[in-house]
Parts: sequence; structure tokens; C-alpha cells
Amino acid sequence: MTAVQQPGQSTEVGVTISIDGRDISVGEGATVLDACKAAGIDTPTLCYSDNLTPVNVCRVCVVELEGSRTLIPSCSRPAEEGMVVHTDSERVRHSRKMVIEFLGSGVDLSQADDLNTWADHYGAEPDRYGPKAERIDEEVKIQDDLYIRDYDKCVLCYKCVEACGDDAQHTFAIAISGRGFEARISTEFDIALPDSACVYCGNCVAVCPTNALQFKTEWDLREAAQWKPEEQTVTTTVCSYCGVGCNLEMHVQDNTIVKVTSPNDHDVTSGNLCIKGRFGWQYVQPSIEKR
Amino acid sequence: MADLKFTDDQASDAEVAAVAGVLGDTNATEHTHERVVRGGTARRHAMRHLLLPALHALQTESGWISRGGLNHVCERLGVPPAEAYGVASFYELFKVDEAPDHDGPVTHVCVDGPCRDGSELVIAQVQAAGGHTHRSPCLGQCERPTAVFIQGRRGPDVVEADSTPFALTQAGNPGLRLLQRMGVVDPTSIDSYREHGGWAALTRVIEMGADDVLTALSDSGLSGRGGAAFPTGFKWRAVREADGDTKHIVANCDESEPGTFKDRLIMERDPFALIEAMAIAAITTGADRGWVYIRGEYPLATERVRNAIDQARAAGMLGADVAGSGQPFDIEVRRGAGAYICGEETALFNSIEGFRGEPRNKPPFPTTNGLFDQPTAINNPETLLNVLPIVLDGARAYRSVGTEGSPGTRLFCLSGHVAKPGLYEMPFGTTLGELLDLAGGATGDTQAILLGGAAGSFVTPDSLDLPLTLEDTRAAGTTLGSGVVMVFDTTVDLTDMCTRISEFFRNESCGQCVPCRVGAVRQHEMMVELTGRNGQGLAPERRELHDDMARAMADASICGLGHTAASAVASAIKLGLIGSPS
Ligand SMILES: Cc1cc2nc3c(=O)[nH]c(=O)nc-3n(C[C@H](O)[C@H](O)[C@H](O)COP(=O)(O)O)c2cc1C
Ligand code: SF4
Ligand code: SF4
Ligand code: SF4
Ligand code: FES
Repeated sequence: MTAVQQPGQSTEVGVTISIDGRDISVGEGATVLDACKAAGIDTPTLCYSDNLTPVNVCRVCVVELEGSRTLIPSCSRPAEEGMVVHTDSERVRHSRKMVIEFLGSGVDLSQADDLNTWADHYGAEPDRYGPKAERIDEEVKIQDDLYIRDYDKCVLCYKCVEACGDDAQHTFAIAISGRGFEARISTEFDIALPDSACVYCGNCVAVCPTNALQFKTEWDLREAAQWKPEEQTVTTTVCSYCGVGCNLEMHVQDNTIVKVTSPNDHDVTSGNLCIKGRFGWQYVQPSIEKR
Repeated sequence: MADLKFTDDQASDAEVAAVAGVLGDTNATEHTHERVVRGGTARRHAMRHLLLPALHALQTESGWISRGGLNHVCERLGVPPAEAYGVASFYELFKVDEAPDHDGPVTHVCVDGPCRDGSELVIAQVQAAGGHTHRSPCLGQCERPTAVFIQGRRGPDVVEADSTPFALTQAGNPGLRLLQRMGVVDPTSIDSYREHGGWAALTRVIEMGADDVLTALSDSGLSGRGGAAFPTGFKWRAVREADGDTKHIVANCDESEPGTFKDRLIMERDPFALIEAMAIAAITTGADRGWVYIRGEYPLATERVRNAIDQARAAGMLGADVAGSGQPFDIEVRRGAGAYICGEETALFNSIEGFRGEPRNKPPFPTTNGLFDQPTAINNPETLLNVLPIVLDGARAYRSVGTEGSPGTRLFCLSGHVAKPGLYEMPFGTTLGELLDLAGGATGDTQAILLGGAAGSFVTPDSLDLPLTLEDTRAAGTTLGSGVVMVFDTTVDLTDMCTRISEFFRNESCGQCVPCRVGAVRQHEMMVELTGRNGQGLAPERRELHDDMARAMADASICGLGHTAASAVASAIKLGLIGSPS
């Protein structure tokens, strides 16, 4: 593996841009979002993740760039010397608010915790589109015992597709199908997941920002009104199945493992696991019901 | 490297043969065992661009993209089935839900603009005769409403040929630059083209050399006619200066902006001119590969362009050494499959490459990272045709008509309530009123005129003195766009027309970004609501909401579709054409 310069790292060959009136220096290859971070400015993001290639589709991270006719997505736009950027202008606040409002008017965001904080911050009012506003209306897909797909909650951030494809798993079990408001995350002809190429690595589940994809264990507990994140503990361990050395974070509620993640900043996994690390805890604990 | 997994669905023998007709017998992948294939990444990537042609073959053979057929194509090309399904389901001309219940062709009937009035009648007639119909967005035949396109089954697609009396009213007029040969030349014969001045510009370019061509282009002030008015000289120079062994010239013939039909007539009536201009672009930029991407609903244009390419190649105007210039350049034709968004340049690249027609983020720009991530000059056919008089007569002569800010002439697509709908060439600066007079004048009492297409905006008859230039239309808050001038008399229900325009954008949004995907739906719902209010107009908070949506769509969308999807409706509200209590 070749050494890659981390974007955002300040180095000799850096660029300086102005953000909200302050000069910020960042390394070559850094994005405007990296520069915002360096400036200590919190930016809402939805389709961006530090372990995925930016697709810049959600547009919630937009900022105003002087000289640009339209707003620009901070998550993917490389910082260039001399850029003058505003992150809290009326135009920026308006578009961020509208993006969240648009999403809230058609998608179930009840479990998208980060986004809800931003919705309050920008004063989004998804209800003003009225009761007739068309919503994504899909039946939840429960096709196996490992994870569920509740596309009512899907904001089409493309993260799961990227995680399943080029950016991590190279399985390509799911893709975007259809067009416009009819676009959905789907297998070919929407066949059931067990019939598809899916290998149940759960890497899509790990990146989903809205809980449209969730562990079956979590789904069952939520259905039973027994999901209690505040009571959960997280224990970090190393997966014992093989010698790769993936870090596992076991989320435990009532002495029961309820889901497994891996930290994005872990050298080995970048947040990704295989079916054994992700779902293979049943030997520790056969199933929720038998508890 | 991906292991591909397939369901057990098998292609029929006919489907296998149809796909073989497109792919030949090279496979991107080799079988290792029954349900898994392995493919070399390089070969897979090299063949992926054949996905769209292969899907066309399946659709024509079976009337849909069958499960077995998709598996077969994926196996041969090494494309994951989920991705191929994502591509197939993106396009209007591909059916993916279920097998059709009949064996016949499907008649697509336009429900936009001037065709709207007659569409239901035509649909009823076709159905009464036992035919199958599909409601289609603008078919690019607005001068002859109600437009139809017949999608063949195991047979050719068909559109009406050359039948409209007025389509080219100016034919033969010696003052014409872009339309000079149209309606006069035999579009199927390279000899006829040569007799009418063809290839003189190419010969001249070889004498001049690339640097002089670029200077002439810059001096001419030519800007793109596809909608964005980008300076062509600048674009070509950037491609010439870009690093890369392979460079591309792409003619953007996707023409799907409602109200636009100029590129169809260029391809149908003067296809060799397009080929000559592309060869000039190749010599000037150093590009060796050319592509003509034609919307799927233009079978006659496709046939004529293919024929022109074949004859040009046989005459040495394309191939290893273009007309003795030393520059290798050849052209491939690609058919779209029903998606307005594929006219957006980066979506078009993705479409050719075999991916969903979703626009890419810019920068980087096509001049350095275009088709296959290589330097690319993409132009509209009308833009390309302008290059011929520029190199033949020089920049100064070119600028002798038009205005300082908008030199030269412009093609205008007149449709709707005018006496002679059709294609007109006039110098920039001609007023809207003069243009309408040229087309025999408006018929009936004009209520409004849509400039620039669905992505443009409405003006009222108060604007007849508006000089049609880039600068004057911009100052007036409107646009020339792709040259659409659609006239509506007082019999037209503009609320209905705006509802349809908003439905068009809702259907055509690629769905990638939130402001456009959701904004277009909310706008359409608002128009439906307005229709239901029976003349009570839009409440103030709904107007405000439309304004809020329009601003975010224009500011935060990825591409021009989202940026302009609210502009026609916004202009109609602002002018009081819709939304006010009646
Ligand atoms: C939604 C959308 C559709 C477009 N459709 C077309 C088209 O059909 N033909 C075209 O030439 N340009 C179209 N464009 C503009 C192209 O992106 C691009 O600017 C143009 O092809 C460049 O050529 P030009 O410089 O010669 O105009 C479209 C743009 C958008 C945003
Ligand atoms: S579990 Fe893994 S293989 Fe299956 S869809 Fe998700 S990312 Fe793809
Ligand atoms: S399922 Fe989740 S990760 Fe996938 S696109 Fe939808 S919201 Fe994003
Ligand atoms: S603006 Fe619309 S068409 Fe363009 S990328 Fe976004 S969703 Fe797609
Ligand atoms: S986070 Fe930048 S566009 Fe989604």
C-alpha cells in the first residue's frame, strides 16, 4: 500500500482559503469541508463519510463561494488558493434548511438523529408541504435474520451502494434503480437479498445515516419498544475468527449484543467487516428471543 | 475484481442472438463454475460502454428487459446485474417491470407543448385501431403536432419523414448560413453535399492549421447553442492544450428540451455538415475519437447520420488520415433511450460509458476529464455548424451580422400558435415580433410565449420588441436557451401547461440530488393543487413557498436541470399568467 497524504493535513505545500472572514490553511488535496473542520466550523453532512468517495448528492453541506453562480458542495470541492467561502450566509442557511425540509417532507427521518439536530438549527418545517405531499411509501423488507431494509427512511445518500461496491466490498449487490422520486436502492429486479449477490458483510448497514438499514436485532427491539440506546455499553475487542485483526465494537444492552460496528478510523477495517465479525456473535448468544 | 452472481433466469435463443448482433463474440468474462464468472477488470471496463446498445437489442427483441436477457448481457460484459438493472430502469424506452402482453410496436404520443391539445385524440385513435400507446414527453417534432414516434418490435423504429410544408420556410434563401443547404441538398448523398459546398471548410482548415482556426473561433465570438452559451473557441483550445493520448469530440444530439427540434432537422436534412464540422473539431483539438449521441426517438436522424459517416469514411474524410491532414479520427453513433437528463454533458458521458445518466459534479470539466475521463470537446450540432462559415469566411464576416455580445445568426424553433411553425435562422438581435412575422404571424390572440423551452421562461406579448440576443434576454430575466419560441393563444389553459411542465421535470429529474428530486415533486403537487382551486389562485404562503423552493433548487442542485426546473412556473406566476384569482 502506498502512503497517501491525508487530506486536511497541513503541510508545506498547502493552500489558504478564507472562510467566514478567517484565513485557513490546509494541505494540498483538502476539501472545503476539511477546511471548515480546521476552522472549527461544524457542517451538516449526509452523503459524506470519511471512508467513502464523496458523491455530493445530498447538498446539505453547501457553502457559498464568491464568484460561483451556485452554491458548492463543501464535502467534495477541493480547496483552492484564494477561495472566499461563506458558511452561514442567508443563501447557505436557506438551501440547507430547504434540503432538510424536502427530505423531511417525504422520508421518515425519525431515527436520523444528526439530521434532526440540524433541522432544528435551520428551522426546517417539513409540514408546510401539507398532508398531500407524496411520501416514500415502501413496505419494510425483512428477508433474513441479519438486517432489515426500511426504505421509507432512505434519503438516497448512495452510501450503502458505495460501501457494497467500489469503496469497500466490491460485491455490487445493490444499486440505484429508477429515476427521480421513483429512484430506489435495489437489487436487480428487486429480488430478495438472499437471492442476490449480497454476502452479508453489513457494511451498508454501518454507513446508513438514517437507520433505513438496521440490524434485525435492533429492529425487533424497537418494534417491542425495548430499544434503549442510553442503557447500552460499547465494548471494543478484536475479532477472533481470523488473523486480519479487525476491531469490533460490541453494542450491548441488557447483557445482550444488539449490534456490531467497527471504527471508521481503524487502520484495518475503515469501518468495514465481513459477515463473521458483523453478525457472527450468535455463538456467544444464540438469539434475542432465547435470552 | 468482483465475483458476479446471477439468478437462474436464462435468456431465450432469440435474445442471445440479438445481443450477439451487438457484442460480436468477444466476452469480458470467463466462466469458472456454474453461477460465478470472473472477469479481467481492464477488459470489463473496456466493454462496459456496450451495455446501452445491448439493452436496446433486448428491448427490441423482447419488448422488455427480461431477467434472463439481463443476466446474459451482464455475463457477457461482466457487469453486476444490480448495476445493469439500475441502468436499464433509468430509461423511458426500456421496460423493466414485466413482459409486454402483446407482440406489436408501441406508439409514443407527445403530450407536451403544442402537441398537448391533440394527444388524447391520437391516443384514442391508435387504441381504437388495436394499437398500443405510451404518453411521451416532447418528441422533438413540435412543428408538426401531434407528434408520434413508433417504437418497433423486432423491426425498425419509425417517425414521419420530411412531411411538413413549413418546416423549412426559408429553404434556398441565399442569405442563410446554417440552413443554407437544408431542403436543397440530398441528405443521403456525399456527392450532393460536395456540390453544395461541402468539405470546402475542412480543406480550408487543413491549410490554415489549428492555431489559426482557434484564433478565428475566438475572434468570431461563437458561443454554445446547447443552452449554456459557453465560448466555443475557449473550449476547443482547452481540449487542444489538455494532456492525453486519446481525446474525444462529442456531438450532443440528445435534443430533448421541450419545444426544440433544430438538431433533428440538421441531422435529417444536412447530416454531412455535422460530420464535416466534427472532423474540423478533431483536427483543431487533436481528438481521435468522435461520438454522435442521438436521442432514441430520432430514428430517421440516426439513419441519416450513420449513412453520412459511412460515406465520409469511404471518401477518406474519416479514418486513419482525415482528408490527408494526417489526423486520425472516426465517429461512432450512440442512441439514447429516453432521458432528457442525458443531454446534460456529463450525464451523456455516463450514458455512453454504460452507467446511469446521472450528471457528474463539476469541476473537473469535460475539457480535461470528459468521456472515459479523457479530454473532450462536447458541442451542440448548431454550434458545430457555425464553425463552417467561420473558417470559410473569417471571423470578421461572421460578425457582420448579430450584435457585439451575440455575433452571428441563431436557429429558432417556432411552434404553437403561429401561421408557419418551423425552423428559422435569423441574425441575433432580431426582435421577437419580427421573428413571429417571419413565421406568418401569431394566430389567434397571443396570451404568452415560452422562450428557451421548459427550462426557459414565459414572456407576454408586451415583449414583442425584445431583441433576441443573449444579453437582452438575460437583462429581461429570460433566456434564449435552445432557441425555443412557443406561442400560446388565449384558448390555452396555462395552468394546465405549467402543471405539465412541472410534471415533465418531476419525471426527468435523475433523482440524484435532493433539491431537484424532491423540489420537482413538490412543485408539481403545487400546480395540481392550483388546478383544483378552480380559479381561486395561489394563497400568499404558497407563492412564498414556491419562491423558497425555486431559490434552493437554483442554488443547491447539481446540474442545470434542477437549476432551471422552477423557472418557467416562477415566470408564469410572476407575470400573473397563473396563480392569480380569476
Ligand atoms: C438537463 C439538461 C439537458 C441538456 N440537453 C442538451 C441537449 O439536448 N443538447 C445540447 O446540445 N445541450 C444540452 N444541454 C447542455 C449541455 O450540458 C452542454 O452545455 C452542451 O452540450 C455544450 O455544447 P455547446 O457549448 O455547443 O452548447 C443540456 C443541459 C442540461 C442541464
Ligand atoms: S451486506 Fe454487504 S454485500 Fe450485502 S448489500 Fe450490504 S454491503 Fe452489499
Ligand atoms: S439505505 Fe441508507 S445508506 Fe443506503 S441510500 Fe438509503 S439512507 Fe443512504
Ligand atoms: S439537478 Fe436534478 S437532474 Fe441534475 S443531478 Fe440533481 S437530481 Fe439529477
Ligand atoms: S454531504 Fe456534501 S453533498 Fe452530501
